[in-house]
Amino acid sequence: MRQSIEWMVGGQQGEGIDSTGELFAKTLVKYGYSVSTYKQFMSRIKGGHSNFKLKATKERNYYAGDKIDILLCLDKESLEVNEGYLSDDAVVIREGKEISVTKNDGSMSYDILTVPMKKIATELGNPLAKNMIAIGISSALIDLPKDLLSHFISEIFAKKGDGVIQTNIQAVQKGYDLTNEHLSHRISSLEKSDKTDQLFISGNEATAFGSLMAGCRFLSAYPITPASEVMEWLAKELPAVGGTVMQVEDEIAGICFAIGANYSGVRAMTSTSGPGLSLKTEALGMAGMTEVPIVIVNSQRGGPSTGLPTKHEQSDLQQMIYGTHGEIPRIVLYPATIEDAFYIAAESFNLAEIYQCPVIVGLDLGLSMNKMTIPSFDHSRVNIDRGKLITNEEAAEYDEAFFKRYRLTDDGISPRPKPGMKNGLHLTSSNEHGEDGYISEDPELRVKMMRKRLEKVKNAMIQEPFKLQSSGDIKPEDADVLLVGMGSTYGAIGESMIQLNEEGNETYAHLHIQQLYPLPLNELTSLFKNKKIITVENNYNGQLLLLLRQYLPIHEHSDSIVQFDGNPFMIKTVLEQMKKVV
Amino acid sequence: MATMKDLRGDVSTWCPGCGHFSIMAGIQKAIIELGYEPHEFAIISGIGCSGKVSEYIRSNGFHSIHGRSVPVAQGVKMGNPDLKVIASGGDGDGYGIGLGHFVHASRRNIDMSYIVMDNNIYGLTKGQTSPRSQHGFVTKSAATDNKEYPVDPISTSIINGATFVAQGYSGNIKELSNILKRAIEHRGFSHVNIYSPCVTFNKINTYDYYKENLVTIEQPFESRDEAVKSIRENNGLVTGILYEEHRDDFQTKLGIDFDMQSLESGKMDKELLNSIQKKFE
Repeated sequence: MRQSIEWMVGGQQGEGIDSTGELFAKTLVKYGYSVSTYKQFMSRIKGGHSNFKLKATKERNYYAGDKIDILLCLDKESLEVNEGYLSDDAVVIREGKEISVTKNDGSMSYDILTVPMKKIATELGNPLAKNMIAIGISSALIDLPKDLLSHFISEIFAKKGDGVIQTNIQAVQKGYDLTNEHLSHRISSLEKSDKTDQLFISGNEATAFGSLMAGCRFLSAYPITPASEVMEWLAKELPAVGGTVMQVEDEIAGICFAIGANYSGVRAMTSTSGPGLSLKTEALGMAGMTEVPIVIVNSQRGGPSTGLPTKHEQSDLQQMIYGTHGEIPRIVLYPATIEDAFYIAAESFNLAEIYQCPVIVGLDLGLSMNKMTIPSFDHSRVNIDRGKLITNEEAAEYDEAFFKRYRLTDDGISPRPKPGMKNGLHLTSSNEHGEDGYISEDPELRVKMMRKRLEKVKNAMIQEPFKLQSSGDIKPEDADVLLVGMGSTYGAIGESMIQLNEEGNETYAHLHIQQLYPLPLNELTSLFKNKKIITVENNYNGQLLLLLRQYLPIHEHSDSIVQFDGNPFMIKTVLEQMKKVV
Repeated sequence: MATMKDLRGDVSTWCPGCGHFSIMAGIQKAIIELGYEPHEFAIISGIGCSGKVSEYIRSNGFHSIHGRSVPVAQGVKMGNPDLKVIASGGDGDGYGIGLGHFVHASRRNIDMSYIVMDNNIYGLTKGQTSPRSQHGFVTKSAATDNKEYPVDPISTSIINGATFVAQGYSGNIKELSNILKRAIEHRGFSHVNIYSPCVTFNKINTYDYYKENLVTIEQPFESRDEAVKSIRENNGLVTGILYEEHRDDFQTKLGIDFDMQSLESGKMDKELLNSIQKKFE
């Protein structure tokens, strides 16, 4: 009996690798399993090797795994590229002329089932159904109930009619038959699990969904990998709630439209990736200076410049925190999990309006594009708070012919009327300005306005429990060494920590920082006391450790584990590198 | 009804004799004569001498950044379709750094007016060549006289689908305020380029130059092609409404019943959450 499975399908891009992977993943979710996935792909529409990896376990997992139990090869490279990850008793299924079962005779021992899937599918009347044969073979290998698959096939091909549904179901059946006939000795049932109330969702979808739930009604953006899905998902869902998405001419328009909409009183956002954020930074400064709220989602990919457009990296941290000329108020958040991406996206709209400043929600390709199972969202965990946005009646109480938009207040945050209010006529200016918004270069006023803007966010904090995340049984305060990360390294760090605690003499704990600017200094100061800090991050410079060193006393033996080859961390890489730094 | 005094904002820092004064007065006059109140307008400006207009007209002003008044203004209109939205800037702002947005706004046809104060030079940075400076123009920023040819803004907006295109001259305020009134009332993207002499730095495109050379167009042309032909024949030195077309603006075409503004503080909508959440189960 198996209690977990690690599975991969590989093939040429455009061959339906994603949809095949997703179908298998959804089946496992319905079977009560917790599933994490990872997609590898290239910056081209068709051709080139791509693959879809998943790990399914009975317990919640956040990491698509290091090894492969079943590998479906729809192209040659699938085996060449991934052989090193095969587990000792793996089964490899590959396309070939004749049906055969062979044992790998090299250093590794795994079974290979060669099947002319294309030919069989063509005989069934639909060459495209070859992937379903492969799914049938792998499902039979773990003894999954066939009706689970039939259910999804009917759903997926509903629009294509009964004929297509039937051929695909027959293809799955064929797969089951092939396994029973040729690989029955390798069947090992996956124990039924009982997880219900689970969502299977990507980080981009969760971020977009959280934004919609927080009342965001407008997104303007430009297509860019790996952030486009945020725009695409909202484009589908916003019209039903009276909102809309605009795909505009460039990245700069993307942020400027959203700033305009926010100024008019709508919760609005833009989404992008590193190159887009570079283009947006002047307007980001405008939002900071004019104190117009805005939410910017930045899903990071491999940089610099065009870099590795379809690969994973976490190298925009400094750009998100420091990018733009001059000094502006801003808040930078970075969810550790897909679940938290939903709540943090929702909260980011509150923070943007409460503090009247840009809020950047950092994501990374690993978090953005891959789906995972998470518990259903809870509406009571987010309260919509529009801060000092005021009504026409409230504006009237000030009895001013021209409303002081930049009124100096104790907390640095000024009441904000919407344009169009009879009593709220006001000026918004990117030039240094006085309380009335009029241009001023008076040195005293300049100092007051700089302090107003920069000090209003000094203690800006996202509500609990979203500042920090951790995993495992050992609390961060009880450890000798803290493994610190951000974003999608959450699963790999968590699982590495468990192994480190089994092997090592020191006690390790896991901390993920979700509010990166301003940092929660009080909590971190006490957590970091007398502990070695090892940051685990996907960039060259160890940007997270550099940030922490800037603001906090850090143990002298602290260090960074970095990886910037375009791939996410694997547990074995973390463990190998740990040996060098501890 | 609003008066000139109601529309007066901060004290101007433009040079005495600057063409921009008349353009500002033309906008103010148009607002008054059309019977609007200052709070019904949002005036979004870019950077440069022209960019200060959002501070000098008392309204909902937004002094944005260089070249970006047009996308900000479109966002404002998307957020609040009830506002009358004017974007304003200079020739450097709109036809240099912001040219891309101008072309796309023309084809998008969001209901707003774009008013460009065209002085054929960079004034605030003290006299460099602009994308509207004529061939052979000599300035301190160029190694030689201008070897490039100027952008043709009104042909550009006409060719790219703007539904109202006009050109005015700050020396003819009567014609100008009529054009501006029509532009503001036009439903869709209206583009008005206005010749506005820079008395300090531009010694070529002066009041006398325009007086001598401008040709008045009495009636908008029937087709875009005819309008462009006339503009080219007159070397761009025309004033009047060149082209007008009535078609649905972007938001009307989108057909969404916009209710983006009404969000109130409180808990997230449980029913909405559950109904969308089902898609991920």
